[in-house]
Amino acid sequence: MVEYVWPSKEDSSVLGKSIDKIDGVPKCTGTAKYSYDINPDKVAIARALGCPHAHAKLKSLDLSKAEKVPGVVAVSAMKKVGDEIQWQGDLIAVVVGDTEGAVAEGLDAIVAEYEQLDVFVEDANLEAAEAAGRTAKAGGKVQLEKEPDGDDPDFEEKELARLFKESAAVVEGRYGIAAITHMCLEPHGSTCEWKDGKLTAHLSTQNVSGTAGQFAAPLKVTADDVTVHCDYIGGGFGSKFAVDRWDSLAAQLSKDLGRPVRLMLDRDLELKNGGARPSGYAESKVGADKDGVIKVWDTHFLSAGGFGGAPVNQSVIPYVIVPPNYRRRGTNVKINTAPVRAWRAPNHPQGCAMTQTAIDDIAAKLGLDSYDVFERNLVNVEDKDRRGVYAEEMKIAAKLIDWKAKWHPHGKGDKKGSVVSGLGMALHTWGGGGHPSTCMVKIHPDGGVETFIGSQDLGTGTRTVIAIVLAETFGLPVEAIKVNIGSSKYPASGPSGGSTTVGGVSESSRHAGLDALVQLNEKVASKLGVPAESLVAKGGRIHAKDDAEKGLSWKEACSLLGMSPLEVTSKGAPGRNSKLSSSGVGGVQMAEVEVDRETGQVKMKKFVTVQDMGLVVNHKTAVSQIYGAMVMGVAYALFEERLMDPRTGAFLNSEIADYRLPRLGDIGEFVVEIYEPESERARGVIGLGEPPVIGPGAAISNAVANALGVRVPVLPLTPKRVLDSLQLAARNA
Amino acid sequence: MKAFEYASPRTEREVLELLSADRGHTEILAGGTDLIGLMKKMIVKPDRVVSLNRVDSLKTIDANSTAVHVGAMVTLEDLADNPICEFYPAIRQAIGEMASQQLRAQGTVGGELCQRPRCWFFRDKRGLLAERGRAVEEGDNRFHAIFGNRGLAKFSAPSRLAPALIALDARVRILGPNPGDETLMPLEVFYRTPKSEREREHTLEPNQFVSQVILPHPEGRVSASYEVRHGMGPEYPLVAAAASVLVTGGIVREARIALGQVAPTPWISREAIDAIVGLPINYETAEAAGQAAVSVASPLSHNEYKVQLAKVAVKRALLKAAGLETGGLS
Ligand SMILES: Cc1cc2nc3c(=O)[nH]c(=O)nc-3n(C[C@H](O)[C@H](O)[C@H](O)COP(=O)(O)OP(=O)(O)OC[C@H]3O[C@@H](n4cnc5c(N)ncnc54)[C@H](O)[C@@H]3O)c2cc1C
Repeated sequence: MVEYVWPSKEDSSVLGKSIDKIDGVPKCTGTAKYSYDINPDKVAIARALGCPHAHAKLKSLDLSKAEKVPGVVAVSAMKKVGDEIQWQGDLIAVVVGDTEGAVAEGLDAIVAEYEQLDVFVEDANLEAAEAAGRTAKAGGKVQLEKEPDGDDPDFEEKELARLFKESAAVVEGRYGIAAITHMCLEPHGSTCEWKDGKLTAHLSTQNVSGTAGQFAAPLKVTADDVTVHCDYIGGGFGSKFAVDRWDSLAAQLSKDLGRPVRLMLDRDLELKNGGARPSGYAESKVGADKDGVIKVWDTHFLSAGGFGGAPVNQSVIPYVIVPPNYRRRGTNVKINTAPVRAWRAPNHPQGCAMTQTAIDDIAAKLGLDSYDVFERNLVNVEDKDRRGVYAEEMKIAAKLIDWKAKWHPHGKGDKKGSVVSGLGMALHTWGGGGHPSTCMVKIHPDGGVETFIGSQDLGTGTRTVIAIVLAETFGLPVEAIKVNIGSSKYPASGPSGGSTTVGGVSESSRHAGLDALVQLNEKVASKLGVPAESLVAKGGRIHAKDDAEKGLSWKEACSLLGMSPLEVTSKGAPGRNSKLSSSGVGGVQMAEVEVDRETGQVKMKKFVTVQDMGLVVNHKTAVSQIYGAMVMGVAYALFEERLMDPRTGAFLNSEIADYRLPRLGDIGEFVVEIYEPESERARGVIGLGEPPVIGPGAAISNAVANALGVRVPVLPLTPKRVLDSLQLAARNA
Repeated sequence: MKAFEYASPRTEREVLELLSADRGHTEILAGGTDLIGLMKKMIVKPDRVVSLNRVDSLKTIDANSTAVHVGAMVTLEDLADNPICEFYPAIRQAIGEMASQQLRAQGTVGGELCQRPRCWFFRDKRGLLAERGRAVEEGDNRFHAIFGNRGLAKFSAPSRLAPALIALDARVRILGPNPGDETLMPLEVFYRTPKSEREREHTLEPNQFVSQVILPHPEGRVSASYEVRHGMGPEYPLVAAAASVLVTGGIVREARIALGQVAPTPWISREAIDAIVGLPINYETAEAAGQAAVSVASPLSHNEYKVQLAKVAVKRALLKAAGLETGGLS
């Protein structure tokens, strides 16, 4: 019986160390080929035409002029006359041609007429949404400690009123977070090659194993005739799980034309169609005792999922800190934008930003140190096991940012001219359990090792993780493992979403590695005349545990395999009984900012993340992943947002030149600490891709509120919003 | 991008011969950082593109005792690196703020001054006046004009260099329509607020081009540019101001103050100039000049914050020109 466990920290030679990405060099030197780079012979270029209106009916569509443009080889409608278009940039038709120039002229020659319909894009405006008939109830939940006495229909209201009355401090406010796009550097799309009744689709995807079937059905073939291939992906963030309608069309066009077709969205259409994170706006009333411990919470929230997309899930309100009494009610707003897609830690950044800001306002109201208020509220963390972990992480983070020395009550810090500084924090949580994954390991008689998994590397270091796990298992250096991923022809593995990949591929690789090693060990054992169970693979050798002299080099051991390689395919077994992986992580983020009260500019000074993630497979990529999340967090906290014109519904900043993102000079100093005591390590591998992107919004907003003594209620905190809030506060004062 | 004929003349005369008198028929290519984007989006669709890249006479910087002549095809990087900028700190600062090496290396002085507005309605093909002003008035106008916006045009002038050059009293040399035709005009006169879709945001005829910027000797004037930015990226500042002042005996004798990103043209603030002339520059007088500058502001529905930013930008540009602490984030 093989026991599927990890070696101890002391016993690990590469597991948990800082290992360079094995694909770092090809990426940095540009030899890595992304889907956009796939350039087969005679490839035809396809581009789409977007609808200029946000809500319209297609009255006529004339493709004939486009078809006649020299160099255009095909024109294909994606909408029929009479179809209703629900967002600006929805795809109307596609032109395929020999050159980008011909295609551009072809697109310009398409004549489409529209009947414009009423537009609504004001996702933050409940009144206007109601007036426009654009709202739907979003469900909700009430939880009260006290049982209703009798069947008083007003019990809920009365009980909430009583709880608020008994509260030492009550905060009422509006807290919001604007919609953002995924802004993948590589847009959505594919290069499709149909040949001899089979399709090879070079798809920019987070889901190589799950997309072949999606291509197959519309082409009237079966999934075995399709290969989806993606070695490198230029960003997905949750928006690239499926074969999009433009990908299916590219495949169909390749079949029709008998030549490869590349269809990638251009930047403008990418931002309009490729996915966005839904906004959220909460009207909240929060009551706490004199120490700031929250006793009661009442929220009505608004969220817009775009046409047919899912708005923010209400379950994230309240977030992490869940008081014994709460009520949440919601309204979904129907707006003329493309459906939203999952965005890194779906729902959580919004939940955190809409609620942990209110907690900080309780601290401000009571004149308490925000740290103390968050710490006292750990009694409200639902998962009791996590309370102590958060407490420890808070201590570490506070030390790293020097909280105690720098803290001042809200709005009461030193001023340097018009510049004030502040501190803020937030807590986050995530699952991150491994997904189903299958790994095939091949050990060649000459000692070569290769491994095949139908997974993908989103840039997070999946390849390197697989190499580390097998290197550790076989006692080999990381370079000795040849990792093959990125093809639907490899053993199936889950889509990379929900921070499930590292758990999934670590599980399957460890299982396959150990299963293979058992077989190899049996051969070594009979050669050496020792029991197989006494053997270990270490330092490039397989030898008896208590007698290192008694063994063979890896190469000698493999030569015992004879003529053909040893092939082992195993599934991981994530879940409750696994000792290799588990689920449930958390972390603490603390930000220090400076704000210019005259200009509303916010500058990041220092930003600390303390994160737990079970057992760390690769320290270096884990820290990189957290850095990346922090940059993305600074982005949505201070810079990026999807701007929709309220009158026309036009997407106003759909080009990189207009879509604001932070640059290196904007992020300040980052400090990352991974919290990995033995109690955490013993839990096994847990995903971390998403969690550290959750807290920055709330932490940075709280730091700005601490600096100014005024809450800027909606993220991102642009100079405009900061100045508008200061002006409002001055007027109210 | 529509297919077009590409012309690459060697002389100024050939350029004029290749330019058409019909608006939109030909476009001038300098560094291309703006033009190519406009062409890709088919906001401009020239039949012929006339490149200035091989016209060597447009690439020189010549200084004599009274003025500096900067060719239109001098790159922003080369201008900022040129020792003459010691005398014109406002220029070096404005170019330094363009946080993109690519734009500085590829963008040219002429192209920077003639780049088209970033107005998102213009870029969404709703016209320079954006549905005769309605799109801006009723739509999201957070980045639009707060001055000079009562007509149909409400975009804000994009150039980063123009406020500095206007503060420095620069003139432009314009060639055409016919070979030998030449006009010299102050840069502020070069810009105008268009009144119809047939007009552009400057006074150039389609068959004219800018060949030079002429900077008078500063004669003791000190200058500075100050931008209020949202982040360190290559995006445009929210508001910018440039000031050039002649100070003797601690008193401002003459001043030129121009703002960028606030009106359909670079905006000379007479009010700020009047407020500071005759006084020393200090925190109070600079603040008062900023206040005076915005006394004539007419913000739109979503851009009142720019009034505050304009006030601060003028104040800080004056303080910076005088070598005083500007305050703000470091
Ligand atoms: C992403 C991005 C960010 C940017 N950020 C900034 C910024 O923050 N601040 C800023 O100021 N600029 C910014 N720019 C604009 C950039 O500075 C200008 O595009 C550049 O300076 C223009 O110079 P060019 O030589 O490339 O002009 P081109 O693109 O070649 O020309 C621009 C326009 O001027 C006309 N033109 C060029 N030369 C002449 C001439 N001699 N006579 C008459 N007409 C002429 C062209 O026909 C065209 O209409 C940004 C541009 C991009 C793409």
